[in-house]
Amino acid sequence: MGEKMLMKGNEAIGEAAIRAGCRYYFGYPITPQSELTAYMAKKLLKMKDAAFVQAESEIAAINMVYGAASTGVRVMTSSSSPGISLKQEGISYITCSEIPCVVVNMQRGGPGLGDIQPAQSDYFQAVKGGGHGDYHLIVLAPSSVQELVDLTMDAFDLADKYTNPAMILGDGLLGQMMEAVEFKERPKVELPDKSGWNLTGCKGREHRYVVSFDLDPNILEKWNLNINEKYKKLKEKEVRYEAVNLENADLVIVAYGTVARIAKTTIQMAKKEGINIGLIRPITLFPFPEKIIASTAVKTKKFLTVEMSLGQMVEDVKLAVNGKAEVNFYGRAGGIIPSPEEILKEAKKYL
Amino acid sequence: MKKVFGRPESLTEVPFTYCPGCHHGIAHRLVAEVLDEFKVRENTIGVCPVGCSVFAYLFFNVDMICAAHGRAPATATGIKRVKPDSIVFTYQGDGDLASIGTAEIVHAANRGENITVIFINNAIYGMTGGQMAPTTLVGQVTQTSPYGRDPKTMGYPIKMAEMLSTLKRAAYISRVALNKPANIIKAKKSIKKAFQVQLDKKGFSMVEILSTCPTNWGLSPIEASKWLEENMIPYFPLGEFRTPEEVA
Repeated sequence: MGEKMLMKGNEAIGEAAIRAGCRYYFGYPITPQSELTAYMAKKLLKMKDAAFVQAESEIAAINMVYGAASTGVRVMTSSSSPGISLKQEGISYITCSEIPCVVVNMQRGGPGLGDIQPAQSDYFQAVKGGGHGDYHLIVLAPSSVQELVDLTMDAFDLADKYTNPAMILGDGLLGQMMEAVEFKERPKVELPDKSGWNLTGCKGREHRYVVSFDLDPNILEKWNLNINEKYKKLKEKEVRYEAVNLENADLVIVAYGTVARIAKTTIQMAKKEGINIGLIRPITLFPFPEKIIASTAVKTKKFLTVEMSLGQMVEDVKLAVNGKAEVNFYGRAGGIIPSPEEILKEAKKYL
Repeated sequence: MKKVFGRPESLTEVPFTYCPGCHHGIAHRLVAEVLDEFKVRENTIGVCPVGCSVFAYLFFNVDMICAAHGRAPATATGIKRVKPDSIVFTYQGDGDLASIGTAEIVHAANRGENITVIFINNAIYGMTGGQMAPTTLVGQVTQTSPYGRDPKTMGYPIKMAEMLSTLKRAAYISRVALNKPANIIKAKKSIKKAFQVQLDKKGFSMVEILSTCPTNWGLSPIEASKWLEENMIPYFPLGEFRTPEEVA
């Protein structure tokens, strides 16, 4: 049994990262995730064989991550929406170089400078690549502080396993809320050895290098295809979701993170009125839980995707449903959190 | 027979891709000789930039990473913070270091990152075909300053060595040139000092190397060396701007 404590979401991520063996953090302050940066400073600056650097910018931070991660250690950076945009070039380089790292995005309202309220409008950026080139991040979407902990630890394992950056896609609400969390004993996971690629100095072997380019298009195409194979494997093996009340549901809500939490209250409210609402909550946004959505589409003819955006994940829901059922959408933007009542009201429109 | 001259072990046998008369090859060799002399080749991680020396990872016989344009000091920071006992150097051009990467170089120097920066200043963007660099001289004609660099709208060439010397944690800053043997010998000594500063963990070190770009200057190799002597050195004076004795 692990110990239970009351923690703020942002700090819980930091503690989880440290317990997952992350000793290197590079970041830049931005609301609503600054507590995470501060937590890492407080802990790592007092640890041996560890480093915390407050970088001059998010751009510098992600490039510090690139350097540190290329030596084979576990490294993390975190930010919120505008700062994550600044990191995209670096994330693209790291992904092409096939180096593992963890990036946390506690989303806020956008576009532009937006505001500092919770949002989910970076979905496209997170799951479709985000920077230039053909690539994906492994994207995990926690919906409680406990999941921030568990998924942060999983993110390090998945990044190492697939030598690809993993992203925790949370939001300002999850980052700021306090909940009881337990740091559970985790089973030991077999992970690939890094000694075949990490930079250590070339003692006893040929020199090696980490790069993200090749001017020969034939080689670069092959490189892309190899990276793509990893995404196929991710889609086969790493899809995670939570399914609630799918049997005999009159309508199924698809929502992730904070919105999925709210939708669970909606389901309880609906039940009292004799309405049967189900929920599919993607836990991995990439790989996306297409199969459960597709199989549900055969039984339930109505979907309602709810997001704190003006309709991003709904496109992936439509692709998974593939015309087999009706896909509706409800979203709030700019940092507004939908209430259980307004989601229920919206659901009733389609029943 | 005694071997009196050979390729430094810190260089691979891959032929350089540089143009005839370009000084990158000399700069590479000097860095490699210094790594050999300190016997640190197997404990070195180099960071190459975007630009003509993007292929430096093939030439240096040490572990290397190719950073994004301008970000080499950040990438080197990440490496050095994990491996404080490794020798970490960046190799950057003027577009990389003095334009797109100004924030990274200033803050790496200000933090006193214990890395060595080799800064090639040839007053022009080479790989993209001869555009104006932050170090392009006043009046110098380039693809993007076709009527000459006009300081009224394009500013004056940035003196990076002097600028970084204002920072307290910059331990060693010098400017050298590779236009003639006497200067090459001085450059080697300076590069050696810079790496010595890193070995002694005294903080940030940078050697700015004035270099030629005959291709994009439109000059022969000999004319280019002469142009460097007559135009660059008067504006970018050679010498040491910070030495470890000045470090608090």
